[in-house]
Amino acid sequence: MSLTLLRQGLGAKPPRMWHDRPLKNHYDVVIIGGGAHGLACAYYLAKDHGITNVAVVDKSYIGAGGSGRNTAIIRSNYLTPEGVRFYDASVKLYEGLAQDLDFNVMFSQRGHLTLAHNDGSVRTMRRRAEVNKLQGVDSRLVYPDELARICPQLDLSDHPRFPILAALYHPPGGIIRHDAVVWGYARGADQRGVDIHQYTEVTGLALTNGAVTGVQTTRGDISAGLVLSATAGWASNVAAMAGLELPLDTFPLQACVTEPLKPFLDVVVVSGSLHVYVSQSDRGELVMGASVDPFTSYNVAGSLDFLEGLSGHVLELFPFLSKARILRQWAGLCEMPPDFSPLMGITPVENFLIDAGWGTYGFKASPICGKTMAQLIATRRTPDLLRPFRLSRFAEFDQVGEKGAASVGH
Amino acid sequence: MLRLECPNCGVRNAAEFRYGSEYTPRPSPSTDASDVEWTRFLYLRHNSMGVQTEWWYHRSGCGLWFLVERDRRTNAIARTWRWQPLDQPEIDAP
Repeated sequence: MSLTLLRQGLGAKPPRMWHDRPLKNHYDVVIIGGGAHGLACAYYLAKDHGITNVAVVDKSYIGAGGSGRNTAIIRSNYLTPEGVRFYDASVKLYEGLAQDLDFNVMFSQRGHLTLAHNDGSVRTMRRRAEVNKLQGVDSRLVYPDELARICPQLDLSDHPRFPILAALYHPPGGIIRHDAVVWGYARGADQRGVDIHQYTEVTGLALTNGAVTGVQTTRGDISAGLVLSATAGWASNVAAMAGLELPLDTFPLQACVTEPLKPFLDVVVVSGSLHVYVSQSDRGELVMGASVDPFTSYNVAGSLDFLEGLSGHVLELFPFLSKARILRQWAGLCEMPPDFSPLMGITPVENFLIDAGWGTYGFKASPICGKTMAQLIATRRTPDLLRPFRLSRFAEFDQVGEKGAASVGH
Repeated sequence: MLRLECPNCGVRNAAEFRYGSEYTPRPSPSTDASDVEWTRFLYLRHNSMGVQTEWWYHRSGCGLWFLVERDRRTNAIARTWRWQPLDQPEIDAP
């Protein structure tokens, strides 16, 4: 490592992490969407299954969508056993990801607190803690005396409008550098022969006898053995090209950061009742987000409403931040399914798979999603971890009500 | 800030309203609608990146549920109107 650094420091051009290659006429697998999910799937297809004639196409640069807009929180303390198992498998992969990709993704498992401000949410947190423990996930309920040791910065007095009564403490939760995850997967996939085509927008799908046989893009048509849509936010529009309707509504989700402050907060603090989550990045910025906007839209313009509401709630938790200034705000697109659980796997259209419905919880699932979708593509059999999240669950009235999602209030 | 025209109360700040959902025609309960039709009505959405007809509710006002046509790329509102039974001609907002 240090030799490489020295050589590159002495003027050699640093190697490109991924390359622009010409568009081939045929790929065995075309993945629409160059975010963490699509790239992870391409990476595991190549690494685990030796399938390398794969293209990842994105209408913009890689990681421009949800992968670069989330608040980078990783956790597995969900509410349903299906969800907990799935997200925990993801946390396990994240723990070894830097080693696997040979790229520092800066995963910091600093602990994750979900605050409860009323009896109802204390009950929900207790239920979540028990569900988590049953699945082997480190998660427990803590009360203000212990909370004062874990996060003394919180206002634990009875002065706030909604005093803190307890919290769900999840030590393995933390934050990560989300761009590094995207780049690491892209480099790993590229090294193994996957083509990454940026600025290549899919404009249509070629269908023959009800099966997808290719994609039309702004750079030309490609024939494909199989097409996977991994386009968080825009999945309904890609599915419409295959004549499918999905149970999704796309909402903007806003987030913001403050100017850099000295390090003072070493846990992730979330409040479902106040709809906020706060963590401090390695640069010292407080990264803050709320729940999705009050109405559906594909417009990612920020709003003052969001900033006002969020700031008020953050000050309830940390009153001493009243002089901190907001540096910037942004929004990403979240497609919300009615049960807050993703839609993954096969569709009624042959050779067309989806990885959609990732609402407010997509980034943290990237590694396991990529791995299991790659397994599905390679073996043509739905892995057990994915079965609860199949698209057909709506027609079968067998939803997975994931009320542990960030957008759900308690 | 988005502003909506309530058919009763006129133009108001969107904070007064609650967004309902995309407008999806309901199968008539008096007919033998199949599970597939009910699934479609309950869950499936166009969710298109374009103009959408949708329900809004004037929560902090007159309490009316009404229909809005909105371009979801820009949030520009084309029109708002009172719901009419499908077999009657639609009446535009006043």
